[in-house]
Parts: sequence; structure tokens; C-alpha cells
Amino acid sequence: MKIIITSTAPNLDAEIDPRFGRCQYFIIVDPDTMQFEALENSSATAGGGAGISAAQSIVDKGIEALLTGNCGPNAYQVLSGAGIKVITGVTGKVKDAVENYKSGKLKADSQPNVRAHFGSGGGMGGGRGMGQR
Amino acid sequence: MIISVASGKGGTGKTLVATSLAVSLKDKCSLQLVDCDVEEPNDHLFLKPVIDKKEPVAIPVPKIDETKCTFCGKCAEVCAYNAIAVLPKNVLVLPNLCHGCGACSYLCPEKAITEEDMIIGVVESGHAGNIDFIQGRLNTGEAMPVPVIRKVKEKVSPDKTVIIDISPGTSCPVVESVKGSDFCLLVTEPTPFGLNDLTLAVETVRKLGILCGVVINRAGDNQGKMEAYCREQNIPVLMTIPLDTEIARLYSRGITLAEGMPRWQEKFESLFRHIKELVDERSSSLKR
Repeated sequence: MKIIITSTAPNLDAEIDPRFGRCQYFIIVDPDTMQFEALENSSATAGGGAGISAAQSIVDKGIEALLTGNCGPNAYQVLSGAGIKVITGVTGKVKDAVENYKSGKLKADSQPNVRAHFGSGGGMGGGRGMGQR
Repeated sequence: MIISVASGKGGTGKTLVATSLAVSLKDKCSLQLVDCDVEEPNDHLFLKPVIDKKEPVAIPVPKIDETKCTFCGKCAEVCAYNAIAVLPKNVLVLPNLCHGCGACSYLCPEKAITEEDMIIGVVESGHAGNIDFIQGRLNTGEAMPVPVIRKVKEKVSPDKTVIIDISPGTSCPVVESVKGSDFCLLVTEPTPFGLNDLTLAVETVRKLGILCGVVINRAGDNQGKMEAYCREQNIPVLMTIPLDTEIARLYSRGITLAEGMPRWQEKFESLFRHIKELVDERSSSLKR
């Protein structure tokens, strides 16, 4: 059994990256042995649909659960479709999150916890002024 | 001649300028007003057109025959917009992200993908007096205005004087709407946001090789920086509209500036003459 955690650096001491689709690294870890593998997230810079593309890249890795900060509706749909449990609101160090998961302190979500594009940053400049939106 | 009205920043007065320009010119030439701000078309509120034709706009989205699909993942791999995810036992299509490019169905090795039309909006055409009126409307919740804008622009008659009202910003919908114009009027306001977004809009329009000029709206005594920028960039300031509550009052009641304050008609006519001179000057210099 393996779980996957979004991370800011490729090691177990790193802080969890709160974003799913645009996280910097994925850490795939076996909670029993603490053996892990770090993968760079190639979807981090996708123009759009980063969450779907990131989810697609991990669906065939035999993963039981995803531990992350936030997960939007599109990614959630793909992950749950692939039978991966999604656990959001996880913060702190990667290794502590793995421990918490092992001891049963983390519960899976039954729905996405943020809207689409939540983690794609500002700078879209969508303001229209005049109170139209 | 096609004149587009854009801005960069939202809420600067594109609709105010586009509708008043149209109303001021309607008896002088054969005129078409085209509202390409398909996420929020507003010109109709001022022109009150009679709409006599509505045509739906659809994009082709993939439909997967899972009896033929081998879950090879090729479609997800070739989708530039990540609109398809291939799971071990099923395929998820996210139609809201689909641009309708057709790559997935073209490249599917099993020919398991067909395309079906998904309606995303409508093109409405009609007339407001002697103004030929066209507008696009993107359905609520749809994410992609460009296919609707393309359909709207198929209705443009370049032999008429065409005024295109454009959405704010400088992204794909704006590029699609401005493309092919003879002149782009950039409406701005003398605020730091106004100037910042005007700079972006000027870069975009110049990259498209389109002549531009500026209208400063809600002007007071604070447009020094704006004017300095325009001088420096050699962009003509073609009109200045003052910050005036009477203008705002008319606007809020759906009355164009040209109708509510008829003295503005002459100003919009002269704005048009000025634009025409700039366009003629350029085309004669290109011929040389």
C-alpha cells in the first residue's frame, strides 16, 4: 500500500505543498517502511487543467490515498474515479503527515474542498470594475 | 472600416464610447454595431435592438465508445487542454475545458471517439433603427468565449462602418475580437490600474499590427501620467470625457451620451473623422 503527498521539496522533511495540481513535487511513500520516491510534478506549469493532468499522472501508480492541502473539483473527479482517497487540509512536514495517516488521524473527504483554479495564483486580471462581478 | 473599442482594464467606458459612436454616426453612414463582449453583452441595453435571428453556437466535444476503448491514454496525452483523463477502467471527459480541436478523435488508434456538438452560446442579430446590430452571448457557466466570438465575427460586413465592442483584458477573447480591425480605440481612465492595463492593451494591439488611439474617460486634473505615456508612445489621445455625474446618471438609465447630451454627437463625429484620417494615412503610406 502506498500513499502520495504533495511536497515543496523532494524529501520527507519538506513542507507539504498546499496545492495539488500545481505542487512542486509528489512524494510516493510506503507508510510501513517509510521508503519513498519523489517525482517532479510536470503539470505545475500547465496552462490549464493542471489538476486533471496531475491526477492523470498518478492514477496508475497503485496509490491508496492522496494527502494535500487543497483539491479542486476536476482533480477530485479524476482521483475518486480512479479509487484514490483524497485527504485535504493536511499541513506541516511530509513525514509527520505520513505518521498521522498511519495512526488514523486523517479522514478522507467526500468532495473537493476548493473551487476550480484555486491554486493557480492571481495575476489573471479579471477585474471589470463598476461592480459588474 | 472596422473600429474596435477595447480597454485592458474593465469598467473604463468601452460600452459608453461604442454605443455613442454608433448613435452619432448612424445617419451619416451604413453602420454595424457588433458586441463581442460575449460574457456580458451590454450594448443592447442602450440600443434596444429588435432581435430577429438567433443562431446557436456549438463546439464539437469528444464522446467515447468504451466498448472500443482500450484505455491506452493517447487521447489524454494529446489533449493540450487536459480535458480528458483516462482511468484504468473508464475515461473522463471534462467538456468545459475542451476547445473542440478534434485531436483526440483524429488520433485515437481504436477510432473509439466521435464528436458531438455541445451548445455554448448564441449569436443574435437584428437592428436598432438603421443600425445593423449583432451580439454574441456565451451561456452561463461556459468557460470559452472564443468560439462564440468567431461566429459573431462571421457576420461582420467590412463594407459598412463597423464598431466592435470588446471585452476587457488582453487575453484570447480580446485578440480574437480585435483581429482584423482597421483601428482600435482604447478607452482608459486616469488611475494607476487604468494606465497599467492600457500599457498591456497597447502592447497587444501593436503586436497585431493594428493602429490605435486613446480615449480618456472620467478625466479630471489627474491625467498627466496618462498623457505623458501616450506622448512617449506616440499614441494620439483622440477624446477626453470628463468625470461628470450627469454622464453617469444617463448611463445608469441606459441612455447613450450622444442622445442624453446631444452636443457630444459632434464630438463623436469628429472622433470618427480623426480615426478615418489616421486609417487613410496609414493605408496610403503602406501603398507607397
